[in-house]
Amino acid sequence: MDPSIADQRPLRILIADDSDSDRLILKTLVKRLGHDVFDARDGEEAVRLFEEAQPDIVLLDALMPVMDGMEAARRIKALAGERLVPLIFLTSLSEAGDLARCLDAGGDDFLSKPYNRVLLEAKINAFNRMRRMHDTLSGQRDHIRELNQQLLREQEIAKRVFDNVAHTGCLDAFNIRYLASPLSVFNGDVLFASPRPAGGMLIFVGDFTGHGLPAAIGAMPLAEIFYGMAAKGFSAKDVLREINRKLKQILPTGMFCCGAMIEAVFHENQLWFWNGGLPDAQLIRANGDNVALPSRHLPLGILSPDQFNADLERVTTEPGDSLMLMTDGVLESSNRAGEVFGDAGVARALETRKQGLHPFDAVIGSLREFTGSHQDSDDITLFCVDMVDDAAITPLPDRTTLPGPAEWHCEYELRERTLGDFNPLPLLLHICMEVPGLRSRSGEIYTVLAELYNNALEHGILELPSDWKHSPEGFGKYYRERQVRLGRVDGHFIRFSLSHSMKPYGGRLRVVCEDSGSGFDFKNHPVSTAKNTPAGPLSDNPVIGTSYAGRGLMLLRQLSESLSFHGRGNRIEIVYDWDYSDAPLDHNKNDRH
Amino acid sequence: MPIETRHLEDSQTLVISVEGRFDFSTHQAFRDAYEHSDNPVEYYVIDLSETTYLDSSALGMLLLLRDYAGGDSARISIENCNSDVRRILAISNFEQLFAIR
Repeated sequence: MDPSIADQRPLRILIADDSDSDRLILKTLVKRLGHDVFDARDGEEAVRLFEEAQPDIVLLDALMPVMDGMEAARRIKALAGERLVPLIFLTSLSEAGDLARCLDAGGDDFLSKPYNRVLLEAKINAFNRMRRMHDTLSGQRDHIRELNQQLLREQEIAKRVFDNVAHTGCLDAFNIRYLASPLSVFNGDVLFASPRPAGGMLIFVGDFTGHGLPAAIGAMPLAEIFYGMAAKGFSAKDVLREINRKLKQILPTGMFCCGAMIEAVFHENQLWFWNGGLPDAQLIRANGDNVALPSRHLPLGILSPDQFNADLERVTTEPGDSLMLMTDGVLESSNRAGEVFGDAGVARALETRKQGLHPFDAVIGSLREFTGSHQDSDDITLFCVDMVDDAAITPLPDRTTLPGPAEWHCEYELRERTLGDFNPLPLLLHICMEVPGLRSRSGEIYTVLAELYNNALEHGILELPSDWKHSPEGFGKYYRERQVRLGRVDGHFIRFSLSHSMKPYGGRLRVVCEDSGSGFDFKNHPVSTAKNTPAGPLSDNPVIGTSYAGRGLMLLRQLSESLSFHGRGNRIEIVYDWDYSDAPLDHNKNDRH
Repeated sequence: MPIETRHLEDSQTLVISVEGRFDFSTHQAFRDAYEHSDNPVEYYVIDLSETTYLDSSALGMLLLLRDYAGGDSARISIENCNSDVRRILAISNFEQLFAIR
């Protein structure tokens, strides 16, 4: 016999019988079997003794004065609660109805008088085994219940920590709709959205392999990378590369993250899209067309950095278009009959959508109708972003309230092949964003830095003619040539000098950007000739046959207090003033891709 | 047995067949199938003709096999997938890592 079930210790056995002789005989028999005996003369005494002595097994005469065995049995079972205390009726009754009443009252078995020693011992042993097994099982059940409660408590806390990290973004923006089940992170689902300093939004939907803690654990570094880099102005491509690198480094082989990255550039009506392993995204056009955007890449965390392809596809949109993304939990939702919702369910929901009903609501409605009450909604992430004017999307609040530096100067020079390898804009923006008053103007500052940098690199050093960019073929040629010429930058440099100082009610940022190129004839450039008309529409300015683009410099002029050229046109200085009172102008323009 | 293995006549090719659901429940059996091979194996064939379903943990197991078989130099083909299984492999773009036939 299993030693854990066998019990060698003497049992505590309660005997209740109003017949002194019967009681004495039974007491003697049980004592000889090596057990401790407590004896009572009637039901009431038996109940009282049961409370005092906490016996393991009760032997109870059915017919007793004061309180009979049936009533005593009911009370004893009630007192025992969840504990199994085998209760054996001692009886000379033989009528089936009487015996059944004993069992109804809570009895587990009978022992007929006169007592048979062999049978008595066998029954006590048998019931003791059952009692032990019951104890073991209920002990294990309590243990499991406790562990489960502990797990749920821990998940609740972990979820709160995760929410603080993951939901610092702009998921509550008016043009975003999403459904993410409360503990979806423990199904490995993640959903992030962040406004970009230069306008627009960066969005990531992900689904880690597996469930529970292992699936959730990669979500933390992912959130940190996403929000940290998005706020500093890194491009979607850089963020994807970093996420993949990090996940490849920390996740064991066999674990990875299916995901999609979207960079929504609202004012240009463009989406940049990357999908590695998530179901098709759906672009629902305002005109009623649907376009599926399939996964074209391996999931994140599989390929090494040099094999990883982070190129995003460009999608041209119209205001009113919506992009919908989901994790496979949506497609795998099943109904009572075991059928899955699938791509067909999504397509049907969108096709049969009523006029005016948002695609997101249509899919959610169909899904709920399909699954009915039979749903496993803990596994679902559905997300939708609408293409809108982004003037209304507010940037992230300050992540820190510490007062930043006010009076400072910094020089940063890039040389030689680093010019082709490294994008200094996030770093420079980061330096400027240390000034609290500049933080709400990060879009403008980014644009100023980006225009100066692109101007210095592409026109100053690489001497690329911007009029190539006027035709689609020229556009390709421009970027091919840019790549080629970046390989020939020996001896070249770009030097940024940034100074900031406080002035009454605000501050002044001065940025000087100098390059090693041959400069240009700035005196005849439209920026120089169109003096003091910074508010004029850009398109009204004449484009003249210079090697420089007009637009970038025009924009710089509009954004800044003053713009001036020095040297042979290879050194540009802009002065940017900010004021505590006024809000930044809504300028959004940059060339990042 | 949901997982069966056999060597082809050349004895350098190990065929692993998965029957029914290829998911986390087959994790140990799938690992045993290639880790406990007596002969040196050059080619692996994962026969999914009897596989009804494949989930992301199965994708993870395939990656583990790929690592075991030499990573980028591994020679593994995944064969006879039904359309559902093929769809999952396609979404994850696993044809970039495995020969899928």
